[in-house]
Amino acid sequence: RDFNERCAQCSEVNWGLTDGGRFYCRSCHNITERTREVVNTDFITNSRVQTISKGLKKQEKNDGGCEWYICEGFQLVLKKQVEALEALGVCPQMKDEILCNFWRCYLQKSKQAYCKRPAGETVKALSVCESSTDVDSDPERPSLLHLLSLSESEGDLQTDCSFASSVSKVSESTSVYSGSVDGSLYLMKNQKEKLRMTMPMTLSFCYLALLWVREPITLSELLRFVVEGHIPYMNVFQHFPEKMKLCGLDLKIFCVESWPVYEEVFNKMHELAAFLDLPRFPDITESCFLHPDMLCMKYLMEANLPDELHNWTCRVVKKIGIGEVDFLTLMPGNKSTRKVKYDVLAAAVIVVVLKLLFLLDDHYEWLLSEFAEERNKNNTEGGPYFEFKKWYEVVKRSLDVEQKKLDEEKAKYLWRCEKPLFYSVKNKSKVLKRRQMVVNLQNQFGKLSGSVQRAEKPNPSSFQLSWSEENTDGSCFHGHSLKGVLQEKRGLLTAMNPDYWLCTVKLCNEKLCGHLAHYREVEFPQSYHFVLGLFSFLLRIQPSYIHDEVCMIEHRLFNKKLCKKLKYNTVLRK
Amino acid sequence: SSNEHKLNFKKSKEACLSYIQDALLQKQWKRAAEFLTCYVESLEKDYSREHIGPSEMIWRIGTEILWHHSQSKMKEFNCFMEQMKTLGVKRYLKVCLEHVFHLLCNGQIDEAYQNLSLAESWRFGEQTAIQDKEIKLIQAYRGLLDYCSWSKQKKILLEHGEDGFADLAVEQEMHGYFRKAAVNLKEIIKIPGVWDVFVKCYVDLLEFYGEHNEARQVLNEYAYNSKFPANPNAHVYLYQFLKRQGESKKSLISALKILHDIVPSHELMIDFNTMLQKSKKRKKRHLGLEVIFAALDYAGWKENAKAWSCLARQVKQIVISEKHLDWIKQEWDSRKDWWTDFHFSHYLAKRNWQENKSLSCEKALVAGILLGKDCKYFKYISHQGCKARLKRFRMLKKFVTRHNPVYLRISG
Repeated sequence: RDFNERCAQCSEVNWGLTDGGRFYCRSCHNITERTREVVNTDFITNSRVQTISKGLKKQEKNDGGCEWYICEGFQLVLKKQVEALEALGVCPQMKDEILCNFWRCYLQKSKQAYCKRPAGETVKALSVCESSTDVDSDPERPSLLHLLSLSESEGDLQTDCSFASSVSKVSESTSVYSGSVDGSLYLMKNQKEKLRMTMPMTLSFCYLALLWVREPITLSELLRFVVEGHIPYMNVFQHFPEKMKLCGLDLKIFCVESWPVYEEVFNKMHELAAFLDLPRFPDITESCFLHPDMLCMKYLMEANLPDELHNWTCRVVKKIGIGEVDFLTLMPGNKSTRKVKYDVLAAAVIVVVLKLLFLLDDHYEWLLSEFAEERNKNNTEGGPYFEFKKWYEVVKRSLDVEQKKLDEEKAKYLWRCEKPLFYSVKNKSKVLKRRQMVVNLQNQFGKLSGSVQRAEKPNPSSFQLSWSEENTDGSCFHGHSLKGVLQEKRGLLTAMNPDYWLCTVKLCNEKLCGHLAHYREVEFPQSYHFVLGLFSFLLRIQPSYIHDEVCMIEHRLFNKKLCKKLKYNTVLRK
Repeated sequence: SSNEHKLNFKKSKEACLSYIQDALLQKQWKRAAEFLTCYVESLEKDYSREHIGPSEMIWRIGTEILWHHSQSKMKEFNCFMEQMKTLGVKRYLKVCLEHVFHLLCNGQIDEAYQNLSLAESWRFGEQTAIQDKEIKLIQAYRGLLDYCSWSKQKKILLEHGEDGFADLAVEQEMHGYFRKAAVNLKEIIKIPGVWDVFVKCYVDLLEFYGEHNEARQVLNEYAYNSKFPANPNAHVYLYQFLKRQGESKKSLISALKILHDIVPSHELMIDFNTMLQKSKKRKKRHLGLEVIFAALDYAGWKENAKAWSCLARQVKQIVISEKHLDWIKQEWDSRKDWWTDFHFSHYLAKRNWQENKSLSCEKALVAGILLGKDCKYFKYISHQGCKARLKRFRMLKKFVTRHNPVYLRISG
């Protein structure tokens, strides 16, 4: 239609449109990254959408590279990620309909494309490189070293001194500072208002899309898949096409040298949802995987706890209203609703239920366990009663083994890949030599590692711990009965445990100090630490986050009692 | 820590290093290799701000693993060392030197020599001047290897000499090695340090060629120059040299005095005491007594019959002459609390009697004088000895009984 560019491969102007909405050259079938304008999506109403019109001339440069913009790079990253998610079983609509549109919306809102005067126009002026003296003398232009010092990730890329020293001697063409056209512009500080795209944010995008289609993947699972290598993230740039040369400041943007952090991805996701002006997300109802009732079931299984506990988690969920559609569904931009961490919430509910039934004060739970043990010894009919002690031993053993494995994996984690990274053409040979030496050494010592070969990437699995009822050693507690800790009162089953201790009497102000409560500072019973530690491992997050949610749930649960001032002790009678 | 769920490059490599360290300490070479394989990618990052960078870590760790791992061959080891040499200019000579040490340990003398020569001829701008000490060391070791070659030639020459014909070629070669070795060895021992092996070899060379004055000077410098770290061996070498030269007792004694101060338990203390005992000077004899008591303070000397016989002899001599009993009292006062259990317990009496009768005889004499004839040790030994009808024990018993009043004077 209005796409009049010459094809990069054959220089013809003969375009067609693929199913995915991309332009392809009818002469040589070269598919571009350019997509057709978006018309009539659900939520991008009313905006003048145009094609990316900042002169993306994919001209061949001397080194076989082409001009490319940072956002194109991110687009590729997202594409790879969503393809990986598809391979994991996520519905294909997510890619073409959801994520794609989110991305386009983002580009438009951040004025990188699809709008009248794209920010890219000013970029050209900046990327033409002057000698270092010019750069330094212009007070408005940020110096390269200054750009280097801006760091969003924890990576040490800025400490590569060879880069700093080589740059000051440079006076060549654009490829020096960055392989991309707008690499340096991208890192300038004032971009923050427009929600600058980062690698962690790609995961926020993914999760946002996953949430929209209500896929059964929690954020903690997503991040775990990333770390296990099932979703491109760490060295995703190795999938960039040859022509997209990556060097200089691009590395700062695309190379990741730290594991994604739950809080960061989560918060960015909410910022993003608000930034994109998204409407209310599809409802999270009781049949949804992300609903606490469902997630509790999953986590109970994984934690090897009795199925009967599910009744209790449902009761708690109902009582404090966290199963309500309005509570769970995401409403972007709504500052009054609490941002829900589905996985953490479910884990916290289980912790609270355990506290309700077992007290977890390092005495009562063991006492109950002894009674159950006695009963189980003398009476084998009717199925075993749940014994806290046995459960603790079994789970702790497995947990320790898995934790040890995880610690070793962290120590053995490989961050680099085959594709070498260089800051500038100047240190290319040095980088390649080093890479060669690394490979040699890896081979040499790899051979000496003996029969221990690096195992193939394990298949992605939803469950990290699994317990089988078929095991005759009694190490599976799913079917165990809670009769030992329950009693009937007026036709209702209640806990025998009459007490409850609150994690904290007063909740902190989340906006002021970032937390509802402070986990480390106060001594808690060992059993509580253990239970938090268990879910902390399963969700791969700090126990303090679960602790925060536990506090929140407790305060909702005991709201009425807390309103009457508790002067003397924090132990409540239920 | 297990609760830390964040991870970045730096932390993960730190953890990796700690696993390597554990594996090395437990001699699990395969496991160390496994983790080192994961660590090596650190080379691709710049650590110029850290104290010890990855290239040094990899060099040191890799060396240990390759040296001890059962499946590792010398060829691989050498190949690895060559790679390490290219990793850091500032460390080049150090790596060369350590490689040479490994080659020597493996018996590859010729390869070691080649590497030393190669390293010696290395030039790298200002680094050459900065790494001056390493160059000197390399030259010194080359000198050492030259000395070894000289030694071999000397041996050949002596054997031929026995057969009656001189071999000029061998002699020439030998002198050649001497010159090369001497030049380098002389240089290194000028620098303050611990150079035992170099000093010994150099002195050996000098003695062979009759340069005794030079040898003496070298040894004096090594022993007495305060810039050099205190080194007992320096004094031992000097003493041995003086002895070989047939020096007077006076100079021999002065050579051993500092050794006694630094290492009272040194094995030469017996020689020292023997010389001192025989001296005409009272002060020297007194020192002799101090020396032998001090040596016997150490557990390693408990069953040394020679040492006890020295002490016994001197004690006997003092007791008989009835002069200088205060010397014994002085030495004994600070020791009587603990020497009784340390040397003269009943258990030790039984054991000494069983294992070494001469030892027990000497000890019993000392015990009898210091603790009196009624002490456990003396009673047991003399009883056993007399029961066995051994003459010297009868004499022992007589002696001690006769001189019992001495004990009373000492203990009082």
